[in-house]
Amino acid sequence: MKWMFTAAALAAAGSTFGAEPAGLLAAYQAEARKANPAFAASTQRGAEFFNAKHGNEWSCASCHGSPPTGQGRHATTGKAIAPLAPAANAERFADAAKVEKWFRRNCNDVLGRACTPAEKADVMAFVLK
Amino acid sequence: MKPLFLGILLALASLPAAADRQRLPPDPTYRAECGSCHVAYPPGLLPAASWQQLMARLDKHFGSDASLEAKLHAEISRYLAANAGRRTAPPGAEPRITQTRWFLKEHRKEVPAGKNPADCAACHKGADNGIYED
Repeated sequence: MKWMFTAAALAAAGSTFGAEPAGLLAAYQAEARKANPAFAASTQRGAEFFNAKHGNEWSCASCHGSPPTGQGRHATTGKAIAPLAPAANAERFADAAKVEKWFRRNCNDVLGRACTPAEKADVMAFVLK
Repeated sequence: MKPLFLGILLALASLPAAADRQRLPPDPTYRAECGSCHVAYPPGLLPAASWQQLMARLDKHFGSDASLEAKLHAEISRYLAANAGRRTAPPGAEPRITQTRWFLKEHRKEVPAGKNPADCAACHKGADNGIYED
């Protein structure tokens, strides 16, 4: 029963987001276009968003480093964090559910709220470039 | 004579097994969910009551959102309860391993300046796999 549920959840996530980083980016962009049909993900906006603080203590770069092709370091614990960019770490953005989990947690830390699909698309455009 | 010999043999055979048990690598789910931002700290380093305190407020976990979906939360809570230690709980609503009497005694002269005491792997290179001997 458990594996069936897991398989179904993964299949659903796959059909929504695609399993590849580029597919995930396309899915977030499509989601953003529902609110703003002219939206196009921007590496420039993504870079600014990634490196800026948003009212709280941390930016994305505080833990993931800048540029995100390098090894990061957790701002509190000091633990080494493997590179975020798929170019340097093939495990990244390969699992839609994992990507959503970390956006949920980390956006809450950095912005004190959930990220919009447009923000996620911009950040992914930057991290994937 | 023969049973005694057999007994000694069995006792010797169980010695390495006991040592291995102490340094078993952390449970894969625990390690995947709790070992990204920090080392998957050995559950035996805090008593069950302290783990319960931490698990009850994961959305505000030392200033960070570490929330889990319900199923994983339940699974990890069970793992921590089953493998918790028996030492005295450290103080406060957010108990810290680094404030247990054991940690302070063990590290009083050993946490080098400039090292983050939460980052076990800075000195204990095998920490990610549950090995803290160096």
